[in-house]
Amino acid sequence: MNHDVNTIFQIAGIGIIVAMLHTILKQMGKEEYAHWVTLIGFIVVLYMVITIIDDLFQKIRGVFLFQG
Amino acid sequence: MNAIDILQIVGLGLIATFLVIVVKEQKPVFAFTITVFTGALIFLYLIGEIQHIIQMLESLASKANVEIVYVETVLKIIGIAYIAEFGAQIVRDAGQGAIASKIELAGKLLILAMAIPILTLIIETVLKLLPS
Repeated sequence: MNHDVNTIFQIAGIGIIVAMLHTILKQMGKEEYAHWVTLIGFIVVLYMVITIIDDLFQKIRGVFLFQG
Repeated sequence: MNAIDILQIVGLGLIATFLVIVVKEQKPVFAFTITVFTGALIFLYLIGEIQHIIQMLESLASKANVEIVYVETVLKIIGIAYIAEFGAQIVRDAGQGAIASKIELAGKLLILAMAIPILTLIIETVLKLLPS
């Protein structure tokens, strides 16, 4: 199996850290930085998820004879 | 894959559920991505087994001299059903029931479209049997 269960923990960790950063930046009065941090964290996580979804779709395509 | 792997899958699901509950308090978006990731991971676990089953079906079909086109159509239909179900459940989990219904509708329509050649063949066979 290419993908690791660790990635789930990574996603959860990124989520919690981004939430913390968001709160801290908001307390410091830098709202726009807080939004950028959230957006970038989300893009990183989305990249991980898209990698595994791509792998899944390729495998399904191979198994169920979707050549054409 | 052994029978013990069901324990792994259940453990994976439980851990993912706890993480989703924890993260959902702060950022619901990340909780949703954890859900998608776990779903894809479990599906990837299972797809090896599905491959074995399908290889057995193919060998059975080749022994029974069934034309490979029909088996291929049936397999494609099963694949469409799996993918549509996966997508629809994830979208419904994110709270978009309307989009989920449309995905299911698309899956049903595509399955119907793939089955049309077989249906036509059956109808033509029946028409040949009828006395003109």
